[in-house]
Amino acid sequence: MEIDHLHIPEPHESLPDLSINDNQGLLQWISSVDHKQIGIMYLWLAVLFLMVGGVEILLVRIQLAVPRNHFLSPEMYDQLFTMHGTTMIFFVLMPAIFGFASYFVPLMIGANDMAFPRMNAFSFWATFFGGSLLYFSYLAGGAPDAGWFNYAPINQYNYSSSPGIDYYCSGLLLAGIGTVSASVNFIVTILKYRVKSMDLKQMPLFVWMILINSFLVLAAFPSLNAALVMLLLDRQLHAHFFSAAGGGSAILWQHLFWLFGHPEVYILILPVFGIFSEIFPVYSRKPIFGYGFVVGSGIAIALLAFGVWVHHMFATGLGNTVNNFFAASSLLIGVPTGVKIFNWLATMYHGSIRFSVAMMFSVAFLIEFTIGGLSGISFAIVPIDWQLTDTYYVVAHLHYVFIGGSLFGLLAGLFYWFPKMSGKMLDEKLGRWFFWLFVIGFNLTFLVQHLLGAMGMPRRVYTYPDLPGWGILNFISSGGGFLMAIAVGLLVYIIIKSNVKGEKADADPWDANTLEWTVSSPPGLKNFDRVIPVKSTRPYRDYKRPDDADWKREN
Amino acid sequence: MSALHYIILQVTGPSIFNTASPEARKIGWLGNGFLIAGTAMMLLVIILTVRFTLRYRAKENDAEPPQTKGSHKMELLMVGVPLVLVIFFFFWSLRTMSAVMPGRTGDQQPDVIITGHQWWWQADYTASHFSTANEIHLPVGKRILLKLDAADVIHDWWVPALGAKMDMIPGRDNYLWIDIDKPGIYQGACSEFCGEQHAWMRIRVVAQEPAEYQKWLAEQSANAEQPADSLARLGEALFEKASCSNCHSIRGTGAKGDIGPDLTHFARRQTMLSGMEDNTPENVYQWLLDPQKVKTGARMPRFIFNRDSLMALTAYLSQLK
Repeated sequence: MEIDHLHIPEPHESLPDLSINDNQGLLQWISSVDHKQIGIMYLWLAVLFLMVGGVEILLVRIQLAVPRNHFLSPEMYDQLFTMHGTTMIFFVLMPAIFGFASYFVPLMIGANDMAFPRMNAFSFWATFFGGSLLYFSYLAGGAPDAGWFNYAPINQYNYSSSPGIDYYCSGLLLAGIGTVSASVNFIVTILKYRVKSMDLKQMPLFVWMILINSFLVLAAFPSLNAALVMLLLDRQLHAHFFSAAGGGSAILWQHLFWLFGHPEVYILILPVFGIFSEIFPVYSRKPIFGYGFVVGSGIAIALLAFGVWVHHMFATGLGNTVNNFFAASSLLIGVPTGVKIFNWLATMYHGSIRFSVAMMFSVAFLIEFTIGGLSGISFAIVPIDWQLTDTYYVVAHLHYVFIGGSLFGLLAGLFYWFPKMSGKMLDEKLGRWFFWLFVIGFNLTFLVQHLLGAMGMPRRVYTYPDLPGWGILNFISSGGGFLMAIAVGLLVYIIIKSNVKGEKADADPWDANTLEWTVSSPPGLKNFDRVIPVKSTRPYRDYKRPDDADWKREN
Repeated sequence: MSALHYIILQVTGPSIFNTASPEARKIGWLGNGFLIAGTAMMLLVIILTVRFTLRYRAKENDAEPPQTKGSHKMELLMVGVPLVLVIFFFFWSLRTMSAVMPGRTGDQQPDVIITGHQWWWQADYTASHFSTANEIHLPVGKRILLKLDAADVIHDWWVPALGAKMDMIPGRDNYLWIDIDKPGIYQGACSEFCGEQHAWMRIRVVAQEPAEYQKWLAEQSANAEQPADSLARLGEALFEKASCSNCHSIRGTGAKGDIGPDLTHFARRQTMLSGMEDNTPENVYQWLLDPQKVKTGARMPRFIFNRDSLMALTAYLSQLK
């Protein structure tokens, strides 16, 4: 019998089309081990899940628009808010960060690919199939319905008998394997594959943050993975790790989950700090204010991140001694996090600021993230936490951090790096429309939720009584949600339109500082034939302005 | 009192700032202090951002600005000021914590044991030997110790006007001190997601003057009275025969179940189904007709009663004063 050998297409160009023929197109994307193509696939995965997670929450916001609404059944509501949170964290923010990291870390350090290109592809596909597995639960009898942090014992079989939570466990385990392998890949790439002349102190801040972040992932994910396996054992084999009735402990789940969960919050924000630390200097035409300080506070955050998890559990009755310790650590971690705001402000100070959409998102971030950061500090003050934890105030807080922080950073990164990735400019004029729609919608949605929390509205309720002020504030919040949805629709349109017939981008449209801008837009399949000398944190600027190079001015 | 606090008081009813107990007030002060410090920080960032945005906008053919890279003095200030602020709030927080949640000394017995169920509250007044549900009466002017338990999953006790919330965790005993200043009805809600009807697990604390409270205790510890009219008597018989009594107790009758709420003085409660509906005969009737339609997921199954039986049961329950 003759064997048909499977033909694995070799890529010839960096952005093959999506047609299906035997040596390029879709098959080439699927079989790709090129870090740039994998990065782009990560980003599209994030966009896809952003739309799915967005539709889920729109349904939730319709349900909450008026008191005592019957638009969704409580069962459906629980599945939707659970899937929304899980999707946005694990399948939107994570892949978007990994997408930018996979695309730009090698380019920024003068490498031609990741250290382990095939493992890079594996990481992406593990994430992809993890997400698919999670969503398969809808077809298998019901999505998970115990919230994204899935507390015990409501995650146990006798309280949630649909297979949703089993899919939650296996989907997140699979995606988690992808995340951990990607982090190993980043660490080795950054430590071992930098161009010879670049030492650690000259690394772009985005690369620094990805390095720190990868260690955070390696330390945090084992706790989640262990908890997920224990939960699967509970549900499938009637172990009772988390069931008090069988001698287990419900609180144990919370410890294991938040020992992962709080570092996870920093995993979602540190890379974005890196993106901002690239963008502020470029658009202000100044070096970052306090390079060493930004790196140092990043490391401080990473270390402290593992000592703050109990601030999610101040209301569980662990006693004042335990609570005090974690209050102190949580207040402390606020300092290196918050101070960075002033680093970026000081970078703008006496600058020559160009307001492209990327910079607009960065400036808006300064204010939005300060709101989220300050409300975060209020949870480290234990008595305030006792009043406000598990209310809409938390919902407002976490969205100011995840949207006003993480997502704004990713959007800024998108407008900044899109020309490099696609060779086309991302439409700046429509981009401004998108910016204003999104920022206004975002603040309408979440600003009022601070009040709702203070007025006594718990989170995760499928409806609420018609108490004074509750109806109108929720209605405003829902309206803002729809504005955000329109904005996201516009963004997808802008991306597709710019991809097809956008203005052609130069290699260096922003007069930027780092190595990725020294190659063509989009870069060729092989990133570099030769790399310009790296003697400071802004090698490309040094190259463009040899008389005023940073390394000449130093010391 | 900060401006934001004032606005909240103006536009809303009860909130964490509209307090009725010294514990809640202490937390409110701390919250206010934080609001002031936070607003100051916020204003600083907003003013700097807006000013820099307007002042340093690039003009055409601008030369590159001076390439300054940082300043250690400035960095010290950036770390120092927030550090002083958080240390200040840490110690303020410590003081408030020990005032709001002092440990239990010795073998202090709780005044009321509250147990969270999917999706209702059981309140056991151990000293007076009775149990009631959802509407929890407490005396004003007395320091009360609550013991908080859970029967199934994690629930959370939260009445904003009365101070801190506290989780109720299966397999653990948690305690909470409450002082109430003035009589009134204080609303609260379960604040830990506990399943389908988490939304309708509302708390109603009725704070009463001591004399009134003693009267209420006496009424509640009494057994249910014999129904006067024949329809209600029919309902009483049906209550036992139709297995209602397997889950519910009505003291003074054969109904001794301990799965669902104690119904001995059911008709005295203003609301039913944990604050979901007003306690009216019509609502009781609809509930008995099809519990799953009224409160989906609730543990009460649908019994296929005919109209006469429903009328009898409704009459019986509605006269349980």
